[in-house]
Amino acid sequence: MLKLEQINKVFNEATPDEKIALDEINLELSSGDFVTVIGSNGAGKSTMLNMISGALTPDFGRIEIAGNDVTKLPEYVRSRLIGRVFQDPMAGTAPSMTIEENLAMAYSRDKKRMLRRGVDKKRREFFRSSLETLHLNLENRLNAKVGMLSGGERQALSLLMATFTQPSILLLDEHTAALDPSRAELITNLTKELVEKDQLTTLMITHNMQQALDLGNRLIMMDKGQIILEVGAEEKKGLTIDKLMAEFQRIRGEKLTSDKALLVV
Amino acid sequence: MFSAIFSSVEQGIIFAIMALGVYLSFRVLDFPDLTVDGSFVSGAAVAATMILFGYHPAIATAVALIIGFLAGCVTGLLHTKGKINPLLSGILMMIALYSINLRIMGLTSENSIGRPNIPLLNAETLFSKFQAFFAPLGIDNAFNQFFSMLGVRYLPSTWGTVFIMAIIVLLIKFIVDWFLKTEVGLAIRATGDNKKMIRSLSANTDTLVIIGLGFSNALVAFSGALFAQYAKSADIGMGIGMIIIGLASVIIGEAIFGTKTIVRTTFAVIAGAIIYRIVLALALRVDFLDTGDMKLITAVIVISALILPQYFEKRREKARKARRHMERSAERNYSLNKEGTALVEARTDK
Repeated sequence: MLKLEQINKVFNEATPDEKIALDEINLELSSGDFVTVIGSNGAGKSTMLNMISGALTPDFGRIEIAGNDVTKLPEYVRSRLIGRVFQDPMAGTAPSMTIEENLAMAYSRDKKRMLRRGVDKKRREFFRSSLETLHLNLENRLNAKVGMLSGGERQALSLLMATFTQPSILLLDEHTAALDPSRAELITNLTKELVEKDQLTTLMITHNMQQALDLGNRLIMMDKGQIILEVGAEEKKGLTIDKLMAEFQRIRGEKLTSDKALLVV
Repeated sequence: MFSAIFSSVEQGIIFAIMALGVYLSFRVLDFPDLTVDGSFVSGAAVAATMILFGYHPAIATAVALIIGFLAGCVTGLLHTKGKINPLLSGILMMIALYSINLRIMGLTSENSIGRPNIPLLNAETLFSKFQAFFAPLGIDNAFNQFFSMLGVRYLPSTWGTVFIMAIIVLLIKFIVDWFLKTEVGLAIRATGDNKKMIRSLSANTDTLVIIGLGFSNALVAFSGALFAQYAKSADIGMGIGMIIIGLASVIIGEAIFGTKTIVRTTFAVIAGAIIYRIVLALALRVDFLDTGDMKLITAVIVISALILPQYFEKRREKARKARRHMERSAERNYSLNKEGTALVEARTDK
């Protein structure tokens, strides 16, 4: 479903600030895979996600989504195949527009936008029934402006907007990191539910190791622009945080303790 | 007094279309577009030139609208493809249009390339065409009789302009309301609200900005074309400060009528344009003010429309807090009293 081939990206090339963000990344997700990505700050996780979404273009390499070579396609064209949820709850929705209008825009993601009403009767019913699955009572606030919602509610809405048109790839960029623990748990459960319902191919970045272990069928660990560890479906079931830390230490030969602040245990 | 207000209503309705254009760029797209000062004149220049060449005023007005759309698109291109700052794109387009407008009007002159104004004194305009149809209906008489009964002395010669303009403005309002709720319209609004989000939902924000500015300036040029026909002249200087008039209308309207829904906001903008004209007309009747002070008055109106609502909101908030506080302490005293009496009663029972 998703294929990354030898992706390279260097920021601020040929300056003292030069930084190799991605170094020969190869990754393949088959349909229905749910891969969690962990790694400390600056490991290249977000850069990789931005490559897939088209917000950044790789210096070298090739990206394929659902059999299409999208390497050169601009962000807005690729978005037809990709659902995205950002870390910032403010980023995924339009605050001055209503809940149903936001859903209508997401509904048009994989279609051509026309001069027809964004919200008609049929769609409103569909939006209402989709919102019911969130159990946040948003289905009764279709005409409320999204700016009035709490961070958790907005993130739940973003998640629904990203998934309810069944994208080929779902990209989650630390989408629970800005929420308090109880809200984060709610969104985590919701993620599990929505992804399982439609068997969505998903790539999720997280700083929370427990979450990385709980969710998904595969796990990768990144460091300094490389994928240093890939854990398959069978292996992942028996994985614990301690084993993961030990594994990192074995590969990199340095202790991860200093990263404990970054990788929430 | 009545005639001053009457003509400001007439002008206000015409400027309301321009204000709707400014609303589209400033508020919906969040793009401070200064093209307006130029595209308003372009609309006037194109309409006046074509009318002088003998085209039907309706066709002349329609062409003016298209020219405005193109001007807006160029500003959009400068910003999105040329990566030029929004303000600068608009200013560049504005000064470029100044020369273009001179040349457009110059087409009517045989001995010079540019021309700074075109009078339309005896030419057929949309309003005179409508008048020919409207006058025999006898509506003017009926209205004037009614107002003379109310004791109004200076009666307008015709109500036709107000009538047709009201119809046109309402039509435009409905089109804008409808457009902003279509799939494309929603995406344009989101472009002004959260670019990152709508791009992740497969919308080409560059195209949306270009279309949005085109639509905005089409309305502005349309308004300019109508104003030239109303004032019976097109002039190269008629667009100066137009953007501020548009902004003033938007801000006044929003401050008075609110922005709860699109339908309400577009209404507020239209009403704001008319109110602005009336306030201006009344201010100019004050003895020590001169027509030359118009821009200063405009600035004062806009500043008050920006500051006063904040002041009132603060006062209202304070009053509400004080009231709630009183209520709460009253409740507390009441329950304390009740406890007290209960205690006293318990004692006396013993």
